[in-house]
Amino acid sequence: MSASEDVPAFFRSMGSGSPKPRHKFCGVFCPVEGATDSKTLDLSSVSPCRGDGRVIDKQGDVGRKVEIRTSAGKEALQNLGDTSDRLLIKGGKIVNDDQSFYADIYMEDSLIKQIGENLIVPGGVKIIDAHGRMVIPGGIDVHTRFQMPDRGMTAVDDFYQGTRAALAGGTTMIIDHVVPEPGGSLISAFEQWRDWADSKACCDYSLHVDVTSWHKGLQEEMETLVKDHGVNSFLVYLAYKDIFQLSDSQIYEVFSVIRDLGAIAQVHAENGDIVAEEQRRILELGITGPEGHVLSRPEEVEAEAVNRSVTIANQTNCPLYITKVMSKSAADVIALARKKGTVVFGEPISASLGTDGSHYWSKNWAKAAAYITSPPLSPDPTTPDYLNSLLSCGDLQVTGSAHCTFNTAQRAVGKDDFTLIPEGTNGTEERMSLVWDKCVVTGKMDENQFVAATSTNAAKIFNLYPRKGRIAVGSDADLIIWDPDVTKIISAKTHNLAVEYNIFEGTEVRGIPLVVISQGKIVLEEGNLHTTEGSGRYIGRKPFSDYVYKRIKARSRLAELRGVPRGLYDGPVCEVSVTPKTVTPASSTKTSPAKQPAQPVRNLHQSGFSLSGAQIDDNVPRRNTQRIVAPPGGRANITSLG
Amino acid sequence: MSYQGKKNIPKITSDRLLIKGGRIVNDDQSFYADIYMEDGLIKQLGDNLIVPGGVKTIEANGKMVIPGGIDIHTHFQMPYRGTTTVDDFSQGSKAALAGGTTMIVDHVIPDPGSSLIEAFEQWKQWADEKACCDYSLHVDITHWNDSVKQEVETLLKEKGVNSFQVYMAYKDLYQMSNSELYEVFSFLGEMGGVVQVHAENGEIIAEEQARMLQMGITGPEGHVLSRPEELEAEAVFRAITIASQTSCPLYVTKVMSKSAADIISQARKKGNVVFGEPISASLGTDGTHYWSKNWAKAASFVTSPPLSPDPTTPDYLNTLLASGDLTVTGSAHCTFSVAQKAIGKDDFTQIPEGINGVEERMALIWDKAVVTGKMDENTFVAVTSTNAAKILNLYPRKGRIAVGSDSDLVIWDADAVRTITAKTHNSAAEYNVFEGMEFRGGPLVVICQGKIVLEDGNLHVTSGTGRFIPCSPFPDFAYKRIKARKQLAVLRPVPRGMYDGPVSEFSPMSRGGTPSASARTSPTKQTPPVRNLHHSGFSLAGNPAQRGAPTTEETPIRPAGRRIVVPPGGRSNITSLS
Repeated sequence: MSASEDVPAFFRSMGSGSPKPRHKFCGVFCPVEGATDSKTLDLSSVSPCRGDGRVIDKQGDVGRKVEIRTSAGKEALQNLGDTSDRLLIKGGKIVNDDQSFYADIYMEDSLIKQIGENLIVPGGVKIIDAHGRMVIPGGIDVHTRFQMPDRGMTAVDDFYQGTRAALAGGTTMIIDHVVPEPGGSLISAFEQWRDWADSKACCDYSLHVDVTSWHKGLQEEMETLVKDHGVNSFLVYLAYKDIFQLSDSQIYEVFSVIRDLGAIAQVHAENGDIVAEEQRRILELGITGPEGHVLSRPEEVEAEAVNRSVTIANQTNCPLYITKVMSKSAADVIALARKKGTVVFGEPISASLGTDGSHYWSKNWAKAAAYITSPPLSPDPTTPDYLNSLLSCGDLQVTGSAHCTFNTAQRAVGKDDFTLIPEGTNGTEERMSLVWDKCVVTGKMDENQFVAATSTNAAKIFNLYPRKGRIAVGSDADLIIWDPDVTKIISAKTHNLAVEYNIFEGTEVRGIPLVVISQGKIVLEEGNLHTTEGSGRYIGRKPFSDYVYKRIKARSRLAELRGVPRGLYDGPVCEVSVTPKTVTPASSTKTSPAKQPAQPVRNLHQSGFSLSGAQIDDNVPRRNTQRIVAPPGGRANITSLG
Repeated sequence: MSYQGKKNIPKITSDRLLIKGGRIVNDDQSFYADIYMEDGLIKQLGDNLIVPGGVKTIEANGKMVIPGGIDIHTHFQMPYRGTTTVDDFSQGSKAALAGGTTMIVDHVIPDPGSSLIEAFEQWKQWADEKACCDYSLHVDITHWNDSVKQEVETLLKEKGVNSFQVYMAYKDLYQMSNSELYEVFSFLGEMGGVVQVHAENGEIIAEEQARMLQMGITGPEGHVLSRPEELEAEAVFRAITIASQTSCPLYVTKVMSKSAADIISQARKKGNVVFGEPISASLGTDGTHYWSKNWAKAASFVTSPPLSPDPTTPDYLNTLLASGDLTVTGSAHCTFSVAQKAIGKDDFTQIPEGINGVEERMALIWDKAVVTGKMDENTFVAVTSTNAAKILNLYPRKGRIAVGSDSDLVIWDADAVRTITAKTHNSAAEYNVFEGMEFRGGPLVVICQGKIVLEDGNLHVTSGTGRFIPCSPFPDFAYKRIKARKQLAVLRPVPRGMYDGPVSEFSPMSRGGTPSASARTSPTKQTPPVRNLHHSGFSLAGNPAQRGAPTTEETPIRPAGRRIVVPPGGRSNITSLS
């Protein structure tokens, strides 16, 4: 009860609501507020949320708001510590990726326990009246890089700041990328990231692991990560020459390993060799500013790498996931590959869906530098619209944010050389609203597709479904009440991030989360964030996700190759010098941890019997070194069993 | 055939020739006219020509007279691990002439690490001794360093070579990395050469080959299984990307599959300067024979990229050839005897690669494309000869019937029917990949260097008569568009004020493709630090100490290695000139 005075915004926006339920609500929250200091700290730092609050105030009518109260049951005070875990959302329209329907939702112990009408719930339950507004599964941001180390610097949004921003935007789960040092251990890097996230994250999270080099021992590490640590996705880089970049053979091997483990291969698709050459050329031309970044990474280079990774994935029968689809041509390559039947998924990010690369030419260096990310935003201003269309029609499936923010001082490391500017744009907070504004408001997609693109597909691909990405009995109580009518102007002044620039500065978006529930707790209401540092749980993901692997499995059964049973060739054999011509198959085994030395396989189809009466030892090596003149008949004598 | 005057000397020595009553077919039009040739050149064209006496006259009787074919891709007398392909320049060019091809362009393949010019001279010597028809040479760049770069320049400027092939396949042997490709492409783009690529992803092939052998597949079917057509398409796509980055015209040799052809036609639609070369084998047959129970037959089809097992491929490629999406035709004629192929009898990766096709090329295209109504006779001339001459910058000397052009021509009989078989072909190989096929259309008379070399089915050739035809750089056909685009594509930096806000400290290990990272292997890079003239030292923030110190090295207001705390305003202070 003492905490009620800490939330002036709450009073203000309650408007005509009766004070009684508010009192009770505060009573319910009281123990939680007192329990941890960080909560109180949160409340004192609500300034970033001013924007949302203000807009809501402006709207001003009662129907705009959700009412939160506690049911007046006798059991209300039975167990104060427990009651905060019980939530009932009444009168909401539940939106899943397949259908929408009106029902109440009862949550307990951070799980959804009941869905339906006239639910029988215990007393003392906090009730949220949704007034017919949409209740959607919390967003899943499949691509973040919080707290990412880069050359001694660290991305300014750490797991606390980042997940807070995510929750503020309606995202209740993030999947971050572990970037091990090239040559280092994947597992120790993974543990390091877990450590950081466990102590700071405010929402559930999971981790992708980047394979930044390919050497002995990594295969075993990957296996351990998949089997014991719940990782089912690995990212490889086709860019960043001499740092993270892998060669085609290495990628082939990594993909084969990933397929065997039942994981998903993610690629950062850009041709690093060409990028390096172009960077050199652009610097030679005297272009050192951020425009050089986009000039040296033309979208063709992205499309080429996408095409190459699709090819390799097809060869290895490995599911592929393209991170950061930034250009039309790359998206086209993915769409085409899907039409041909490749198992490939494309992830456009907030930045590519919401803005374009014309800002690289801004006269304000700091602003131009804030847009630096790889692959770069396309200077073609029609790109966002095009990508939104492909996202709507299903050619692209999931959305991430690739949130990786550096402040201007950090960016300024590259003030005289664009290749040194740390890369990354913001977007985790804006993602849901952007997609709603660009796709649903414009009529490109409906609310169900919106849910699919922002959470369900991601949950399916990464094997979190139906725990995440769906409102159903037994699912996690991660959901949001979405208000499609509120508009909000994105600005660095009001965002929840630590950076000075927001690449969507001034963009007006329609549609924001009104209430966000994460792990069964209300973390956003009335524009106020109540997050607890370190409350986020690591969510392990099992391999062989059905959504991805059903087709892969069927294909690998079909794709058995057979040799042609032939008689032994017993004609003359020319003598050769010792150097082998093309590739000796063993040539790449030195660097390949994936290859156990191949046992010479005995070909059981091959018979030693020959109609021409040749002996079985006719083909022993002595033949190879013996020069054979043209046989009398002028033609080779071929034995054919056929 | 009749002789004016009393001369009755061997026909071959006759330098003066008159073709009467033929229908001249060029790539743009067909018309009836007589042709008078002397000294290996076409001297007059028209009706009722006034010619000196003693001229041998050929009555064409209304048959088509077409420019002699140019086979833009052959590998005669190619050394291979101590042996040599069975068709040398004599045998090979003889087969070419028998099929109506009067000029061949062979590939010089230097050993990786050896001199390009030495290899070129070696090939030229072999060809000069033996070739029966005019020839030119492509040089394959099998490795890349500073001296190779100089040699390429010499070959381009002094030796008459304007096309160079690079390999994206044959890992650890000929294959080049993307960076090397970029350098070769940008260098040749500046020098006016045409880049040819053997487009296959060698790294994936190596992996797939290892997998096939592991599975116990050792026969020729392993060859095609380890080189799926996607790998060809992928490499074509990559080559086009690099060529487009470097503004260099691209020529894709051996288009063998639908998907590779599709990529080329898409790229052409987007405006890329790219030419595709299907070969006789891909236009005439398919890859189902790799599964033949007869090992020797299956092995005779082994070439790279492999023939596609999809039997509709030849038809598809012929259609694209007719529509202009593919530009020229070669044969990639490179024949090995069965004994030579048998080197790889227990391991398909050891089978020497190459198939026949130089003799069959013209008739095959006529049969598959003209007889079926896909293309007309003029397009036929374009794809078999004129386009090749244009790319090599030999047009109109070759590839056209016009006054002043070389007198290399063919009287074409559209009705002749011939069955292809190894028994009768002019190649030394025991197998013919087109065995048993019936082709309608064939050369009746072939005139090369003004001499009749084929008449009544009899070949009259002389080894060593072939001349080397030098090709000059910057062929208009490829470079006109490139030049115009280069003028447009000037990049400019944005003039900005100096950033004078705080700079974070960072460890010196650089990230994201240091531009100098690949300098060790790159001969094209001499990069003195360039002074940025757009970069002004003037700053509105007014730091007098920094005035007049415009170069980037001197500008840091604060040492880069010092940690900067958040500035008082909470925002960085950005100076903007705008």
